[in-house]
Amino acid sequence: MTNAIQLLVGTRKGAWIFRSDEGRKTWSVDGPHFLGSIVSHLVLDPRDGKTLLMAASTGHLGPTIFRSTDGGATWTEAARPPAFPKAAEGETARAVDHSFWVEPGHADEPGVWWAGTSPPGLFVSRDGGDSWDSVAGFNDNPMYWKWCPADGGTPDGALLNQIVIDPRDPAHMYIALSTAGVFESLDQGASWAPLNKNVEANFMSDPYPEYGQDAHFIALAPTRPDRLWQQNHCGIYRLDRPSEDWDRIGNAMPKEIGDIGFTIVPHPRDGDTAWVFPMDGTDVWPRTSPGGRPAVYRTRDAGASWERQDAGFPREQGWFTVKRQAFCADRADPLGLYLGATNGELWMSDNEGGAWRCIARHLPEIYSVVAAPL
Amino acid sequence: MVQVLIPSQLQSYTGGASRAQARGGTVDAVLIDLDRQHPGIRFRVIDEQGRIRRHMRVYVGQERTLDIARTLGETDEVLIFGALSGG
Repeated sequence: MTNAIQLLVGTRKGAWIFRSDEGRKTWSVDGPHFLGSIVSHLVLDPRDGKTLLMAASTGHLGPTIFRSTDGGATWTEAARPPAFPKAAEGETARAVDHSFWVEPGHADEPGVWWAGTSPPGLFVSRDGGDSWDSVAGFNDNPMYWKWCPADGGTPDGALLNQIVIDPRDPAHMYIALSTAGVFESLDQGASWAPLNKNVEANFMSDPYPEYGQDAHFIALAPTRPDRLWQQNHCGIYRLDRPSEDWDRIGNAMPKEIGDIGFTIVPHPRDGDTAWVFPMDGTDVWPRTSPGGRPAVYRTRDAGASWERQDAGFPREQGWFTVKRQAFCADRADPLGLYLGATNGELWMSDNEGGAWRCIARHLPEIYSVVAAPL
Repeated sequence: MVQVLIPSQLQSYTGGASRAQARGGTVDAVLIDLDRQHPGIRFRVIDEQGRIRRHMRVYVGQERTLDIARTLGETDEVLIFGALSGG
């Protein structure tokens, strides 16, 4: 397997693709693509190794999906981008503001893609991302307005911010929402149940509700699909199915750092290892690197303990933020880790977090980073 | 045929042209015909509920319209602008 990597970088002002040599030492830059467009996510289809899907909008124009099958040399627009059904008389009329997350379908379902949007919506494509349908099991669920209240929302709007598919079963899915937490479906999205037991929502009158949590990010390792990792608004959690009780593994983080953040990255081969990038969640919630000293933290024992990894990052006055979709791993050995910061810097480690180096500066605010084999 | 002014934000759909022509007796009909000629352009301006997007402006001649059902006369001109989106 090649160790050459492409990094698909979505920013507030367009997309870039960085391509490495075999040793991941030097990187070439390709971009900008769609300069000025808000690119929330840019993803390669692992099933064919060539199709790129980009979730894009602009300050003025409505949201759309662009597709490329030649590595980004040319793009075509989806014929029918994600859109809610026309509202009936008396119903609240929803319109997709932007697609936030695009997820390739199960390995056994080539051409199937899923998308999560703001306001929260779930959409599916069965033709490689060209036309998209509303998933009624979520979008028209009788509980929709309880799960996604019209006044709920993060600064850029309420989100259906993650879609995770069980690698053993395409019908088994998880989604994460900023207004409701984690949900599970056993029938490929036809029905959904909350999965938030023991997860805190300290901004609600009942701090441990059935739903209402702000799940910033969920992920599973393909080699251990019964283990879900969650970076929540209120801490770091782990869930080992079939249990429904989340364990707040962030309690083992150093108290002066805390366990607030946007994202979590499991090791694709070691089910006990994961990384987080903590954010300052004290006082007025600056959500910058705690103390101005950026660092990732790694657990190698499923969250029982954490170790700081900051070699290469600024030692002081480093105040950047890493958002939900902007921290990822490749599949190479040793594992490469990549993160994009709100200050437009792209950082990498080619030794599992042991040392970090900046491979690009001066990009627009980075929203997403996806690593894929080149 | 109705003359349509195309703002810079949408000229990737019209091959760089700042003006287009479309048929229709309402703003909506003109935009549908414009979309037939330049697929995808309408959804960037009008959402799935038939509303003009928040940072777009549509004028019929000198008059701003919020309603895409607005009827058009033979000599009317439709002007589309991108407006009020900062940062």
